[in-house]
Amino acid sequence: MDLWKRYIPVLFLLALVVAVQLITHFTETSYYLTQLTMSAYYSVVVIGLCVLMGYGGQISLGHAGFFAIGGYLAGALTTHSLLPIKSHGLVAFLHKIGLLVASKDLYGGDLLTVEPWAACIVAVFTAGIIALAIGGPVLKLKGHYLAMATLGFGIIIFRIALASAYFGEADGISGVPSFKLLPGLEVSGSFGARVLNYYIAWMVVIMGIILLLNLIHSRVGRALRSIHGAEEAANAMGVNTARYKLYIFVLSAVFAALAGVLVTHYNGGIGPSEAGVMKSVRYVAIVAVGGMANLWGALIMGIVLNFLSLRGVFGSYDDAVFGVILIVIMLFAPEGILNINPWQRLKSLFSLLAAKPGENTTE
Amino acid sequence: MQYLRMTPELFIQYLFAGITYGIIYAIVAIGFNIIYNTTGIINFAQGEFVMLGGMTAITMTAFMPMPLAIAVAVLITMVIGALIEMVFIRWLESPSVLRMIIITIGISILAREAALHTWGESVRALPYFIGNEVTSVTILGAKISPQVLWVIGVCSLMVAGLSLFFKFTSLGREMRACAANRRAATLCGINAKNMVTLSFVLSAGIGAVAGCVMSPITYSDYEMGPNLAIKGFTVAILGGLGNSLAAVAAGLLLGIIEAFSVSVLPLAFQDAIATSILLLILFVRPHGLFGSSEAAGLKEF
Amino acid sequence: MALLEIDNLNRHFGGLHAVNNVSFSVEQGMIKAVIGPNGAGKTTLFNLIAGNLPANSGTVNFNSTKINGRKPYQIARLGISRTYQNIKLFHGMTALENVMLGRHIRSKAGFMAGMLNLPWTWPEEKQIKDRSMEYLDLLGVADCADIEVSNLAFGQQRGVEFARALATEPTLLLLDEPAAGLNIYETAEIGRLISKIRESGITILLVEHDMSLVMDISDEIVVLSFGEKIAEDLPHNIQQNEEVIRIYLGYEDV
Repeated sequence: MDLWKRYIPVLFLLALVVAVQLITHFTETSYYLTQLTMSAYYSVVVIGLCVLMGYGGQISLGHAGFFAIGGYLAGALTTHSLLPIKSHGLVAFLHKIGLLVASKDLYGGDLLTVEPWAACIVAVFTAGIIALAIGGPVLKLKGHYLAMATLGFGIIIFRIALASAYFGEADGISGVPSFKLLPGLEVSGSFGARVLNYYIAWMVVIMGIILLLNLIHSRVGRALRSIHGAEEAANAMGVNTARYKLYIFVLSAVFAALAGVLVTHYNGGIGPSEAGVMKSVRYVAIVAVGGMANLWGALIMGIVLNFLSLRGVFGSYDDAVFGVILIVIMLFAPEGILNINPWQRLKSLFSLLAAKPGENTTE
Repeated sequence: MQYLRMTPELFIQYLFAGITYGIIYAIVAIGFNIIYNTTGIINFAQGEFVMLGGMTAITMTAFMPMPLAIAVAVLITMVIGALIEMVFIRWLESPSVLRMIIITIGISILAREAALHTWGESVRALPYFIGNEVTSVTILGAKISPQVLWVIGVCSLMVAGLSLFFKFTSLGREMRACAANRRAATLCGINAKNMVTLSFVLSAGIGAVAGCVMSPITYSDYEMGPNLAIKGFTVAILGGLGNSLAAVAAGLLLGIIEAFSVSVLPLAFQDAIATSILLLILFVRPHGLFGSSEAAGLKEF
Repeated sequence: MALLEIDNLNRHFGGLHAVNNVSFSVEQGMIKAVIGPNGAGKTTLFNLIAGNLPANSGTVNFNSTKINGRKPYQIARLGISRTYQNIKLFHGMTALENVMLGRHIRSKAGFMAGMLNLPWTWPEEKQIKDRSMEYLDLLGVADCADIEVSNLAFGQQRGVEFARALATEPTLLLLDEPAAGLNIYETAEIGRLISKIRESGITILLVEHDMSLVMDISDEIVVLSFGEKIAEDLPHNIQQNEEVIRIYLGYEDV
């Protein structure tokens, strides 16, 4: 059945995730898991963006902005103490219904902060609302204008993060507590929780990819792809293209924000570089390398490139490497490197050569 | 009071600061327009031309007198502009907009990284063309650095020179023909590909000149490009993409708004002004302040 | 009341009056053709009806509802479907998927249902697929179902586009030069097909250059020249109309 065909790669991915963990366990290289966990979270941004760009045909140079909205809000809400305004009606009310937690800081001082689940929902929801609000006017634009508008959005988020004391200005936010998803299931960067967090991150990726695979194979997904293929004709077939573009924009923003929340709890902090334009460009680069409308390609490239980058393989040439990748792929393989099939290339070359003499015989 | 009280002298000072930055934004915007008109491409690496011009000139001053260093730097930047076009753009057959956006972004990253590894992260500056940082002339009671007048003068000359070039020289007219209708121009015997190369050379050249004259006041570093590019683009859109005279007006407008915003907004938010204006104009009037919506109806945004 | 009523419709681009005070109506169940020399405003007229362009003045009524001012997707949902002069298929999708898009307005699985792959969407998906295959079959391109549309021959692409338009189960079908680029055999084939579509109860408005096809299949013809309607009559009478002959043969005798 079709459904099986769709999910078999997911099962394969699951097996691979377990296998990698076992290998690192037996070869005592489990320090790799930290970067694999981070790569997994960044890949959540990438697969969301992939659906927006590859299937919806809309570029976004501002996705680091949504990542930052998620990360910064979750970080600030769960870190800044509300004790000084404890008597405020709203704070008291939140405390009463259990959305605030009391804890101690490093020096034993009392803290009263927002419960991570509540903060996470607020952060992701805010990103979704912002995407919904700006998506209307932004997605009316095309080509360069769309690219510039999303870039502009990213810059504004970056500037806000850099200029507000609440978000720690140039230092960002640190000391973000761990995030208890369920009893015993905690997103944190502590050494002992490394294997657990590796699995948490990959479960998030797998759930994300299942949702997106379902989506692109559904009625709505088909409509989305048709927008990319020929927007005018899609409209004439009764597809409300503006609304679908908006949906997918919001969805990809939510994916980015969720990744932001989880990375912030995992790292225990977030800084303004996460909101920078280079980050947005990087996400676009990975989607492009993976082949735009290729969810699995985007995921594989997201893991590989982020992992190499996080391991410091590219050294001080990190950004340069991404620049080169962008140019080379767009010049020579705009369909993405996974879509290059050398065998097929060769065959089409031969058929082209064979067709030349063939033309004469048909005359 | 928290902020400075506005005196007439201060007003003139802000005004000149606004004009100085504004005309530089206008030059970057014109660089966007020249390339956009002949190719339909927005060159995201436009700001890097300004950076390369300034940084190269600073390096060259170690070996030669400053006027010569500037001339050499501008020439080098023009050659780089030509190379970029020949290596990355020329041989692509009707590439999609998305592809071009990503390629020019890649070029801008590469140029920046190359600059980082050549010159490091340090902030440099060309010496003042006349006197030093405390030299000033008094205009309407305000003390203005002569370098400000250099920037305004040189940039105005470039704008005037460019409009004469496009109006009265046959080369300029050929470029405009390509902008109006590429196929028709090709049929008339104009080599459209060379016109595209020329447009890259021209916009690299004016960017580099601007990068040199502004360097003493604004300083130069490897990562100045993107910020300038976003402001230049804002100005280009404000004026209506492709319309260079309107870009000058829009540039001055943005420069002056930014200069005066210092008195009401925290400095940290100053750079967000241009971006906010950009978003606003894209949402409300993507055909620019001066463009007609009638003609815009036929364009794709 | 006629199915489609166009009343004093106007559209200009700057100084060019592309559609100038055009009025006519299309009765339920007929094949009506719009002809005219290049630049007569035929495609503009189609774009005005389908909602791709706003009219400067005048009205378009469909089933007694005013439809100009509505968005193309809303007009499509009211039962108007169309094909394009230069075929507009969804590239990157197979022929079958293209036609399945035609079933979009006849199905309802939403965003969340699709993302969660809810079981109740499965029979609907299957039905969309089966119906789409039927339409591909009707157009004789069923064997192309799983081929990406860019790889299809021109005639096959036209077939897929027709199937897609029919899959929406329209009341009114707008055909923009359906015979463009086809040879005489294919043109005759498409003529038979159009008649067959009409027999199934779908009203057809078409723009066409191929006179033999138009004369053959249409019940009524509207002639446009420089945006103005200069004649509206039965095919037989149009052939005799001096004004029409004059604009088609040139202005030498004026």
